[in-house]
Amino acid sequence: MFGLVPVSTAGSIAQMPALLALAASPLARLRPLDIAVIAIYFAMVVWIGFYLKGKSNTSEEFFMAGREMTAWIAGLSFVSANMGSLELMGWAGSAYQYGILATHWYWVGAIPAMLFLGLVMMPFYYVSKTHSVPGYLKLRFGEHARILAAISFATEMILMSGVNMFAMAVVMKVVLGWDITFSILVSSVAVALYVGLGGLRSAIFNEVLQFVLIWGGALLVPILGLVQAGGWGGLKSKIITNLHSDTYFHLWRDTGTFAANPMGVHWTGIVFGLGFVISFGYWTTDFLVVQRVLAAHNLRAARMAPIIGSFFKMAVPFIVILPGLLGLVLLQNPDGSRRVLVGEDVVNSCQANGAQGSIENPAACSAAMAKTRLSPTDQRAVLSAAPGTDLHSYNEALPLMLVRYCGPGLLGLGITALIAGFMSGMAGNVSAFSTVWTYDIYRPLIKKNASDSHYVMVGRLSIMIGVAVSIGAAYLVMHAHGIMDYVQALFSFFIAPLLGAILMGMFWKRATAPAGFIGLLIGIVTSVSLFVWVKFNPAALATVALSPDAKPMAENLYRALWAFLISIIVIYVVSLFTKPKPETELEGLVYGATLLPKEEPVPFYKNEYMWAVLVVLIFAALNILFW
Amino acid sequence: MHGSGIPIWFFIGVLLTVYGVLIFGYGIVEAVTGNYPPLVQMTNLHTPIWWGGLLWLAGLFYVVKFRPKSSK
Repeated sequence: MFGLVPVSTAGSIAQMPALLALAASPLARLRPLDIAVIAIYFAMVVWIGFYLKGKSNTSEEFFMAGREMTAWIAGLSFVSANMGSLELMGWAGSAYQYGILATHWYWVGAIPAMLFLGLVMMPFYYVSKTHSVPGYLKLRFGEHARILAAISFATEMILMSGVNMFAMAVVMKVVLGWDITFSILVSSVAVALYVGLGGLRSAIFNEVLQFVLIWGGALLVPILGLVQAGGWGGLKSKIITNLHSDTYFHLWRDTGTFAANPMGVHWTGIVFGLGFVISFGYWTTDFLVVQRVLAAHNLRAARMAPIIGSFFKMAVPFIVILPGLLGLVLLQNPDGSRRVLVGEDVVNSCQANGAQGSIENPAACSAAMAKTRLSPTDQRAVLSAAPGTDLHSYNEALPLMLVRYCGPGLLGLGITALIAGFMSGMAGNVSAFSTVWTYDIYRPLIKKNASDSHYVMVGRLSIMIGVAVSIGAAYLVMHAHGIMDYVQALFSFFIAPLLGAILMGMFWKRATAPAGFIGLLIGIVTSVSLFVWVKFNPAALATVALSPDAKPMAENLYRALWAFLISIIVIYVVSLFTKPKPETELEGLVYGATLLPKEEPVPFYKNEYMWAVLVVLIFAALNILFW
Repeated sequence: MHGSGIPIWFFIGVLLTVYGVLIFGYGIVEAVTGNYPPLVQMTNLHTPIWWGGLLWLAGLFYVVKFRPKSSK
């Protein structure tokens, strides 16, 4: 879930405890109608959990949802599992800062990988009948690779669930003024109930529900915002007039050099680091999302699911990026002047005396803003705001827009969408954790030959324990701020080397078991080493990202690229010196050694290749349109 | 969902119907009394009425189309 969270959000998460300490006044006050809307949502998810309990008795039902999901449900769940609230708020904030450059994370950073998963990789995952991605590694590279992947993934999932829980509590505190412990307890009890009762099927159902709620709750903001701004043309002319720059509207034009765009990224980093390594690593090997597709009822549905998901993924910028852009010109202070949002670090500096959101320390505020890329006009606007004007951060752009247009009922719906996003994120983490723990750690290492009902019981228990550990992780993060950076970095350490191992294993028959394990391990070590190097010596960023102008966003992209390259080089070299498996043992696992099942002919409108071509055409058109 | 049981679309239909009725009802009250929330913009568009109405209609569609069949 956090794998594709923007750096701006990652930074803000790390500073969330500090943000809490400021105790700014809440952005919105809920009315009874809003509270009713939220309460009905909670009742519904628990109802679904109880209803599905009777349909989750065997391990295949509990962990794999009986492998009976249609392409639509698997596809919506696949894309929804990634659509957390923190991501929505973070990317809206990034759009406010960088314009539509942020859209790369939804288009080039997702669509090619989703199509590749559906058309090329899914047959191998599906035909091998694996229960998990570490399970595939076991079949292809042996037990060592599986255990390394399973332990890393399970640890990461449980910590991520804690971070998700904490992030939700902070957002509820900042937006609504809710007590942290109340938010953590209510959300974790609800998640433990519905996933513990209904397993993956319940998690998937709730993800589809969340998908509908997010669109129902968030779609109003860009619609009303565009009406107020005078349409897309009106928005463009207002931004150019106010900010004297048209860089906000270009995806590729300003990425020829690191210095030409506000994100400090180069097109090579976007294409190879984001569009290939990070995106393919996340969408094709992260078990959290792949598990949703494995639950499809046949191979054609499993191939169609990511393609269906890709249509919706391409549309998400409409409810995320557009509100950020609209916020640039529509958000106003109480006196009618344009409201300028800033980073969390600036908010903290400006409110050093702990006041109610307004500026208390102009000198520190001015010094903090001088280190940012805020224009002198915007800096003056922040400092000269009328007394009592609250200062807000980029990541509050989406909630501020929501409050601007949504009265009672609609506000409750928007807040429910945010809560649903957080909860499905947590549910995704714990359901994936439970499967990997039971199939890839407990069964091979602790109890090999138990009954099916025993493993279901272990799965249910692991969800309860997982949620309890997540609560502990949430409080740990709250009290030890520095840990947050490392928890988030965990994800990036693992994803690129795993992609290297899976691609080499799936597409090169000569890749051997020792090579897979060693390549994965050295790839992870490379990624950790680069992270530590830059952490303790920020100047090293210029070396890692190949440019003195590179910014933190570029570091993530290039670190992933190096870890991936090292991983595949090591797998290649070690394979040449070790004995490969005979080809007969590679059937169902490797391209060229597998006879894929013949699919029944279907009308063109049900053919996955036809829909994939349509996605490619729309994707290309959008990139050209916003070049 | 493929297979037996209540489809997810039915649950979604129920939720959208309840939300639609609540929000649409509030919108009507708001329009009749003229009592609009002070800080909310574009209230002249009566968003709760048409958005609530849309949710209600979509919800009804899903409830009717995916209602559980009685087993005989």
